[in-house]
Amino acid sequence: MSAIEIKDLHVAIGDKPIVKGLSLTIKQGEVHAIMGPNGTGKSTFSKAIAGHPDYTITQGDVLIDGQSILALEPDERARAGIFLAFQYPCEIPGVSIANFIRAAMQARLKDGEELDATGYYKQLYAQMDSLKIDRKFTSRAVNDGFSGGEKKRCEILQMAMLKPRFAFMDETDSGLDIDALRIVSEGIEHMRGPDLGILLITHYQRLLNHIVPDFVHVMYDGRIVKSGDKSLALELEAKGYDWVKTELAAS
Amino acid sequence: MKPPSEPEATPAAPAPVNPLAGLDQSVSDFSYDVKYDYDAGTGLTPATIDYISSVKKEAAWIREFRHHALKVFESKPLPTHWATKDLETLDFSKIRYYLSQGAQKPKRTWEEVPDDIKRTFERLGVPEHERKFLAGVDAQFDSESAYSSIKEVVAKQGVIFMNSTEALREHPDLFRKWFGKVIPTSDNKFSALNSAVFSGGSFIYVPPGVKVAHPLQAYFRINAENFGQFERTLIIVDEGAELTYMEGCTAPKFSTSTLHSAVVELVAMKDAKIQYITVQNWAPNVYNLVTKRGLAHENAEIKWIDCNIGSHLTMKYPGVVLKGRKARGEVVSIALANDGQHQDTGAKMIHLADETTSTIISKSISVGQGRSTYRGVVRIPKHLKGCKNNTECDALLINTNSRTDTYPAITVQGQTHAAQHEASVSKVSEEMIFYMQQRGLTEAQAMSLAVNGFVNDLVRQFPMEYSVELKRLIDLEMEGSVG
Repeated sequence: MSAIEIKDLHVAIGDKPIVKGLSLTIKQGEVHAIMGPNGTGKSTFSKAIAGHPDYTITQGDVLIDGQSILALEPDERARAGIFLAFQYPCEIPGVSIANFIRAAMQARLKDGEELDATGYYKQLYAQMDSLKIDRKFTSRAVNDGFSGGEKKRCEILQMAMLKPRFAFMDETDSGLDIDALRIVSEGIEHMRGPDLGILLITHYQRLLNHIVPDFVHVMYDGRIVKSGDKSLALELEAKGYDWVKTELAAS
Repeated sequence: MKPPSEPEATPAAPAPVNPLAGLDQSVSDFSYDVKYDYDAGTGLTPATIDYISSVKKEAAWIREFRHHALKVFESKPLPTHWATKDLETLDFSKIRYYLSQGAQKPKRTWEEVPDDIKRTFERLGVPEHERKFLAGVDAQFDSESAYSSIKEVVAKQGVIFMNSTEALREHPDLFRKWFGKVIPTSDNKFSALNSAVFSGGSFIYVPPGVKVAHPLQAYFRINAENFGQFERTLIIVDEGAELTYMEGCTAPKFSTSTLHSAVVELVAMKDAKIQYITVQNWAPNVYNLVTKRGLAHENAEIKWIDCNIGSHLTMKYPGVVLKGRKARGEVVSIALANDGQHQDTGAKMIHLADETTSTIISKSISVGQGRSTYRGVVRIPKHLKGCKNNTECDALLINTNSRTDTYPAITVQGQTHAAQHEASVSKVSEEMIFYMQQRGLTEAQAMSLAVNGFVNDLVRQFPMEYSVELKRLIDLEMEGSVG
């Protein structure tokens, strides 16, 4: 079983430190949730792990099975099994979803190997059906003119096809109505299993009603300040983030 | 920053090709020693013209035509005032204007093609699909066609498809009637040059009502150092007839400049349709200065689909003269300019009759220090009624030092016309590249995909095998453009 280990991670955007010593280990098969108010560094931390060029890791390390991934390019990290479900997925005009996912899967094959087209489409359609995505979507350009809910479902579709080992899901619940939230949650829940470690980044408890996490962490001011099980999420919902701040100030 | 790597010496190695050292070098960067039976030498004088005309055993009128054209060429200044000073680096006295292996009669069957020329085709990867797919291949090896086969079915329909040298001999009346009428010798300096020294190129005549089912295709190629290629193509599609013509080009890389200056004239009679498709992939030292124009009679349709990759400088503005009522003209063009390259391309739409319609869609991509320019002319005069033009030009810049310019000159007079012009300049955003990299694509693959996406709606208009080739060319061009 693999694990991704985040050790004392510090991340800056430009000169501004955002993440200030975050440590967390996610094993395959586990579902973690990180909650916290806006601006505490939740998105920054996930993008830094994925290797976004604007985010500088100033201290600490990220390891998969003991090997640091910080020297790897974003695409190498992706192929090593890291998936980031974007809060605001990017539009790629003119590139169809089918071609995009196919290119991403092809990139994971050895030189000279060709993706089997028939098998690919079979798999794609099956995943689309289970995510209730209209098959017409395959020929639409990636995220181009999609609604918020469609974009998020498209992220889940990509994740289902690419089968990562560790998925960082950045506010996947934001902008979803009740039905879309249920479909997306079912999709994630469906993928849940011994081969996948998931980190859910969210403001709200409501996503966690659908996907019950094994661990809940509270992030504040660039660090994890409190960890617990699913009950922590409920407690947060009841008491609000001020509770965490007050506790922190007291300690 | 990854430095661009040198291309591997062994063709088997799957190492990345360095696009900056010449597109698709592993395939195209080679040249066989060819013994030429006829060589007009370097430089251009009346003696050069006499030499060419004698070798070709041409009639007196065409010899006169050439001599006159030479005078026009000499009298015209280089268009540096509106185009580029870069043209001044062309040394006309160092160019060879005519080379021939002496095979005046184009080869009819593949078996008859000399082995070394076959090797050239094979290295280029030309044949397979093109050989079997095409009605007639008229591949220009240096000045004369080395291989030309006209599929019987096309000939049976009464279609004439041959090189222009042959057509001058066999169909002088038909040729002379339209030759130089759409693009007069004096149109510009390079049309005059072509008129003086032209050699090779295609001649096609489609009789009334005949719809040519398969596209006719020519494959052009320059294969001698310092040798300018001046093919002359004339296509006449008679009333109600239809034709699709495709041309594709690759050239080996040479250290000195190579000039390619073609003239292509199209005539679409009443209700006729012509689609002319070009995919060009020149070596980075080629000057590609081409004049292409079509004349559309009543209710006729002429469509230029034009893709320009490679070359040092390309200047090409396919045009349609909309002469008859309800005639339609369309130019769809894609240009990709890499380091050291300038693609100065566009379109001309000249409306001369009521209810004529024209459409221009141009997409350009500038990579590295590449420069792309859109230059368009649309003219709808006051006395006409109900004309339409739609012009759309989009530019994509890949690097911060890439450059694009747009010069649309749209003159619409009168109240009953509809003209629309849209232009956009975009950049491939860092966020888009990161998004794709996060899915496992390398930066170069991501860039290729973004560029292919940008031109995708136009590429779809190309025939299947061309769109595949185009995608491959774009992929090769984009490698090494990032990092």
